[in-house]
Amino acid sequence: MEIFQYQDAKTVDDAVSANAGHSGVKFVAGGTTLIDLMKLNVETPQVLIDINRLPLTQVESTSDGGVKIGAMVRNSDLANHELITKQYPVLSQALRSGASPQLRNMATTGGNLLQRTRCYYFRDTAYTACNKRNPGSGCAAIDGFNRIHAILGTSEHCIATHPSDMAVAMMALEATVHTQSSHGERSIALDEFYLVPGNTPQKENVLQPGELITYVTLPPLANGMRSYYLKLRDRASYEFALSSAAVVVQMNGGKIVRARVALGGVATKPWRSHEAENALEGQAANEKTFQAGAEAALRGARPLHDNAFKVKLAQLCLTRALRVATGSNENAT
Amino acid sequence: MLGRAHLKRKAEAMEDKPQFLPANDDEERAEEKNIRKESASKSFRPTRRSFLTQLGVAGITATAAPLLARAPAAPPPVEVPQETPATVPGAVPVVLNINGKDYRLTLDPRTTVLDTLRENLNMFGTKKGCDHGQCGACTVHINGRRVNSCLTFAVMHQGDKITTIEGLAQGGELHPVQAAFIECDGFQCGYCTPGQIMSGAALLKEPVGPADDDVREMMSGNLCRCGAYDNIVAAVQSARKKSSSQS
Repeated sequence: MEIFQYQDAKTVDDAVSANAGHSGVKFVAGGTTLIDLMKLNVETPQVLIDINRLPLTQVESTSDGGVKIGAMVRNSDLANHELITKQYPVLSQALRSGASPQLRNMATTGGNLLQRTRCYYFRDTAYTACNKRNPGSGCAAIDGFNRIHAILGTSEHCIATHPSDMAVAMMALEATVHTQSSHGERSIALDEFYLVPGNTPQKENVLQPGELITYVTLPPLANGMRSYYLKLRDRASYEFALSSAAVVVQMNGGKIVRARVALGGVATKPWRSHEAENALEGQAANEKTFQAGAEAALRGARPLHDNAFKVKLAQLCLTRALRVATGSNENAT
Repeated sequence: MLGRAHLKRKAEAMEDKPQFLPANDDEERAEEKNIRKESASKSFRPTRRSFLTQLGVAGITATAAPLLARAPAAPPPVEVPQETPATVPGAVPVVLNINGKDYRLTLDPRTTVLDTLRENLNMFGTKKGCDHGQCGACTVHINGRRVNSCLTFAVMHQGDKITTIEGLAQGGELHPVQAAFIECDGFQCGYCTPGQIMSGAALLKEPVGPADDDVREMMSGNLCRCGAYDNIVAAVQSARKKSSSQS
């Protein structure tokens, strides 16, 4: 691990003024991604600003009936918070499906949004070719072993999957990310927060250097909205998703009035599928509709030699999640 | 059948006695040193670790006999340094509260809580498995919550209360989860056991469903290469039943 200078921030202003966006300055919260990658020499910050004492640990109702989540709220606290388990069960389910109890006690809301990929070639500096780690060096995964890699949102420069479960649920809940930097505060819709790799896989989101996530807000859900998170993986627990689906639906009679769909484990960012939503809204909640939604979601898929199975897997994952969320199969949980 | 010696060995593996001195203040340190000297002179009782360490040294001495002909035959017990010398530029003073005692240290900021325990404080009960938050062997409690001590720097935990396997037993009484692991034979080699027990002890205070599968899910952050999972689940369930009937 490279040596770094440690600084402790007591207030958000302290933190953002200490991190004026110089390269080599990083915030550390739970550390579960950053310290892991520092040990691998993938991350080599020169200055580490500890934000663990920042007073951003509240989960509270907002005046519009939504919820405001401090960036330092730990994943386990968020998963078990009454406001979340009651109003946004899809978020609790996603959080509880992620990592282990120990890691969920450490990982924070802001940090989880910024998790780095589990691509083996990104994590192992013995591979020189990784455009995300070393822009312009190539991508070892495209012609390498790419079973866990993305089929949606890929480019010829990067096929790394975004690993978060939490962010997938937040995508379906239409969350907003709130930030602060030395230039002031701003709010970013989560749907516009992440970037697909394109020609710049090293740039994963729209945060500017030195910009700190302070809160995430969730809009209120209309009465009768139902939600569900389904995660499919190689092990029953403590494993990243091969495919996951977060579904939020509003029903009227047997009809889907409104649908919000996001996929995990198959895309280069937490993947909101407007295509699936369009195919589902206004339709009767039945197998034919679910199938149409799933096919629409995966229409743009670009499978590679080891991950072609993910096309079918993601479709099955989404149809099953829709079945549960719409109450078409109460036993499917 | 496994004999009593086997159980004793396991009990020792669960509570690797630390050989450190607290650095609260010089007086206390001197006092403890005296107590240690006294007890050492009365009866020299090697711990499992000091025995193995001396065995290793003896082995080296034997093979290097011609070169070390004048070396003493029985090396003295390993002395644990009181403070880590600041060997790296940028090392910082850190006070850590571990098992109710404050320790003053000078640490390279790269030092994880796990490495501080093992390398600076000679508290070897907390184990290093993967060192990347994937196995749970390093599980400790920070402010009462279980965390992976390999994925957090010590310098980030000034003012926090850290509890390790060495601090789990109270007043000579094993923690209910420790007792249950012995009762249910919740291990084979014992390497993952301190982490399993720290997880199990934290689980008692977490919202967890009643079924074995709920326990399996909430213990999934602790891997056991011997595959003692059935007995681990049984031990955690046994401890849960006992603590719920007591409260």
